[in-house]
Amino acid sequence: MEAGIVSYGAYVPRYRITPAEIGRVWGSDGESMGQGLNVERKSVPAPDEDTITISTEALRMALVRGAIDPQQIGAVYVGSESHPYAVKPTATVVAQAVGATPNLTAADFEFACKAGTAAIQTCLGLVGAGMVRYGVAIGTDTSQGAPSDALEYSASAGGAAFVIGRDHVIARVERTLSYTTDTPDFWRREGQRYPSHSGRFTGEPAYFRHETECARRIMEASGTEPKDYAHVVFHQPNGKFPQRVGKQLGFSDAQMRYGLVTPYIGNTYSAAALLGLANVLDHAGPGERVLVVGYGSGAGSDAFDLTTTDELARFDRSFGRPVQYHLDHGTELSYAVYAKFRGKIQMGGS
Amino acid sequence: MSIARFWRETPRRYNLGGSRCTTCGTVYFPPRLVCPTCTHHRQSIGKMVPFQLSGDGEVFSFTIVHDPAEGFEMQVPYVVALVRTVEGPILTGQVVDIGPEEARIGLKVRATFRKLREEGKAGVIHYGYKFAPVDELPERPPAGRLAEAPAETARGEDRAPA
Repeated sequence: MEAGIVSYGAYVPRYRITPAEIGRVWGSDGESMGQGLNVERKSVPAPDEDTITISTEALRMALVRGAIDPQQIGAVYVGSESHPYAVKPTATVVAQAVGATPNLTAADFEFACKAGTAAIQTCLGLVGAGMVRYGVAIGTDTSQGAPSDALEYSASAGGAAFVIGRDHVIARVERTLSYTTDTPDFWRREGQRYPSHSGRFTGEPAYFRHETECARRIMEASGTEPKDYAHVVFHQPNGKFPQRVGKQLGFSDAQMRYGLVTPYIGNTYSAAALLGLANVLDHAGPGERVLVVGYGSGAGSDAFDLTTTDELARFDRSFGRPVQYHLDHGTELSYAVYAKFRGKIQMGGS
Repeated sequence: MSIARFWRETPRRYNLGGSRCTTCGTVYFPPRLVCPTCTHHRQSIGKMVPFQLSGDGEVFSFTIVHDPAEGFEMQVPYVVALVRTVEGPILTGQVVDIGPEEARIGLKVRATFRKLREEGKAGVIHYGYKFAPVDELPERPPAGRLAEAPAETARGEDRAPA
């Protein structure tokens, strides 16, 4: 497969809240909850941020870093489960805001947490078929858990944009493969504000089965073993699941080091695996093999077998903030301000 | 603000689309059709070209807003600044991602894309530029692949709304 990643950008909102602070309000031991989930802090979007603004920031960063003319973009796909509009595509605003309109196709993708990786696969197809020069795939979310629900301790916000093309590829896609079933582990019905989940069922038959099956199948198809990869990135709804799935498959902590970002910013849903990949590309050198296995509830996994190229050494990573900056920095909020920012407070007036 | 009016202004609000006088080089935001800097204004007629500001600049002056405009209640107190862009024009905009105590004249900022306001719970959402502090302003990639593309299409060209 000739198409690959040409550039990428990442964005995480500035604000953070700790599980201990959330637990303080709901009378539970939030600190233990955070330790159990392996989540130290989660990111919180400002009142003027949503998936459109986060996507735009991430894509603008990618375009400057890759020195890409936005008018050469033939497709923009935004994967999210928290699009601001139910009807009116996020992708249209993002495309306009980066100067890519009007000669392109655009659409919003939805597949729980793996809509962004599904968008990458679509772009690989379009670029591989020669239909577009550059395709843009974005994974982004500002998801919320219902107040006091277990999800509230981890649901956060962030986004990552990947430009797929054939020229100056920094990470070649050797293979991509998916594993999809009908598994009702997590959902949000039309009109509902917060998602529902089936508790412990979300683990074994959903996340672990799809992640391990998809990872094993792509390694089998590629004729590779865990030791062949310098880095591995799993979907990371918390900091614990990806560590467990990594161990089950035979990956070491060193291989997972850069791909695991959720402990520091929370579960960014559609952006989770992609922010992990962005962090890997921030640190990787040329000629390193990377395995990425995303997961979306409902359920399915998308796997990518990547190899970084010599172009990565020439790629300008200096523009914008690296993912590591977002992992290390942030302004902590009290639960009251967090509730205000996330619209959880009933205001008076009309 | 009506949908149509905001929509007409998206090139400015989304992409900082201004204009530049090809006679004297002065950059304007919002865009002008005639250059008031040229000694003979008529010289510039037909010589003003679309120009996209980079969004980089520094705080020229600022104020802290405690009595918010409609739709900004959740952000009080917030910073509104005059930002002198590197291209010259001074823009008014909110500075986000800093507390009021962090605002100062000379603060390096970069344009960021944010939600400006919502037309209620069911109406359209308006987006546009605000400013956010940057740690430093690294030079944008000078040569490299950008140089291969014609300058006018790579950066600096206004985009008409679709």
